[in-house]
Amino acid sequence: MSPLLEVSELSSGYGDFRALYDISITVNEGETLAVIGANGAGKTTLLRAITGLVPTWSGSIRFDGQNLLSVPAHRRVAEGITMVPEGRLLFPSLNVRENLLVGGHGRRPGPWTVERVVEVFPLLAPLLGRPSAVLSGGEQQAVAIGRALMANPRLILLDEVSLGLAPVVVRQLYAALPQITAHGATALVVEQDIGQAMSVADQVVCLLEGRVSLEGPSAGLDRADITAAYFGMGHRTEAGSNEGQG
Amino acid sequence: MEWVNAIVQGILLGGLFALFATGLSLAFGVMRFVNLAHGDLAILAAFLAVSFSATLEVNPFVTMALVVPIMALGGYVIQRFGFNWSIGTDPLPSILVTFGLAVVIQNALLERYSADSQGLDIGTFETRSIEFTDDIAVGWFPVLILGVAVVVLVGLQLFLSFTRMGRAFRATADDPSTARLMGINDRNIYAVVMAIAFATVAVAGLFLGIRQTFGPTDGPAQLIFAFEAVVIGGLGSLWGTLLGGIILGVAQTVGNQVDVEFNVLSGPLFGHLIFLVVLAVRPSGLLGRGRG
Repeated sequence: MSPLLEVSELSSGYGDFRALYDISITVNEGETLAVIGANGAGKTTLLRAITGLVPTWSGSIRFDGQNLLSVPAHRRVAEGITMVPEGRLLFPSLNVRENLLVGGHGRRPGPWTVERVVEVFPLLAPLLGRPSAVLSGGEQQAVAIGRALMANPRLILLDEVSLGLAPVVVRQLYAALPQITAHGATALVVEQDIGQAMSVADQVVCLLEGRVSLEGPSAGLDRADITAAYFGMGHRTEAGSNEGQG
Repeated sequence: MEWVNAIVQGILLGGLFALFATGLSLAFGVMRFVNLAHGDLAILAAFLAVSFSATLEVNPFVTMALVVPIMALGGYVIQRFGFNWSIGTDPLPSILVTFGLAVVIQNALLERYSADSQGLDIGTFETRSIEFTDDIAVGWFPVLILGVAVVVLVGLQLFLSFTRMGRAFRATADDPSTARLMGINDRNIYAVVMAIAFATVAVAGLFLGIRQTFGPTDGPAQLIFAFEAVVIGGLGSLWGTLLGGIILGVAQTVGNQVDVEFNVLSGPLFGHLIFLVVLAVRPSGLLGRGRG
């Protein structure tokens, strides 16, 4: 398996606030990577740096071997990177069908159409003409995922899909993930829900205060290790800023 | 009968106001951008038509084929490489920048054309009319203006509703940063919006120049009418802009009629009063959905 996304020594943040400290992660083509961590650990910033919405301060992001640093956000979509943003962020002026169509704005060739998205999320079939603002949270999230798929991504970044949704709805949404990867997309999933993350991911990376505190194959990781890395307790973390806190 | 005539003339005048307001409405709707130079751009377009029709010895109508594309290109360039830097959460920079542009345009026009009033002469079409009764006659030219305004606004609305680019406009208006995640280059969208705004205000400026004489400092007055049309109709709503223009036009001509009959309230003042009433009673405008 070749690395599709290689983030090395990435630092980033907002204004004077540094959110990421020399983060390095690799996502192999066809694999699902889950990034877990507490609130404020830098998960969303990492995704936003990969999509180009926040600037990279130092380090590099390579996608399929190409350095992305000089590629603006709107052109990274054409390269095949797409994101389901935290909080869905559907376009309220657009109805459901238009929200899906705008996802394919870049006209990148690939398998995804409105019809295929509806096949994956049948609950959207009766909703296509509705304004996106009147949908339930789960329906909105399905639209947001469908909208990202319409870009025919090679790498789809899913940010906190489970946020604010009932567990049954979350399970339904994640049940669609194999169909998505079956169409050739590699997924990078950000989750606060560790159980959910572990069940869908091949690899797991845990972030703590902007640093990688743990990484490894999801099957081989010990629950106690994850808990320690997640909350920054004990001596098993690699994060330097946590010395003396335990 | 004079009153019916006043209303008919007002509706026709409203076409011109609506055309003036189109670009303002679109720029505000898509990028929350307030262009204080909008009126001066109309006057600039009218002066360009004066120059072209003199040098090329053609009817001012014909110069539209040159003036409108030139203005559109100017709008694209100035937004892409200028105004875009002033766009953000704070509306003040854009207001300052465009205020500066307004001053520059006015002084450049004074420098080049002097303060003399100019007019665009299109020949007899300007005065030709259909008489319905002794009191009501409708000029072909005002009908043309209203027709163009309706075509432009309906066309823009259809473009926004049913095309891929129009969808991108609306998505960018909702949330430019998420629009970038869709592969939409918001900076380019803004430039296209400004190109459309400049093109429509150029058409309005030419029509104004044909209707009446104009001077280099007439822009701000046109800006006020355009603003009033936009606010009456509802910020960011194109249908509202058409409606607002027509309401403002009727208010002015009816106001003029009141002035003639009772010797109170001049026409433009009547229009301003209607604007204030709408602002007080329904601040989001008649067809406005409010912000967001």
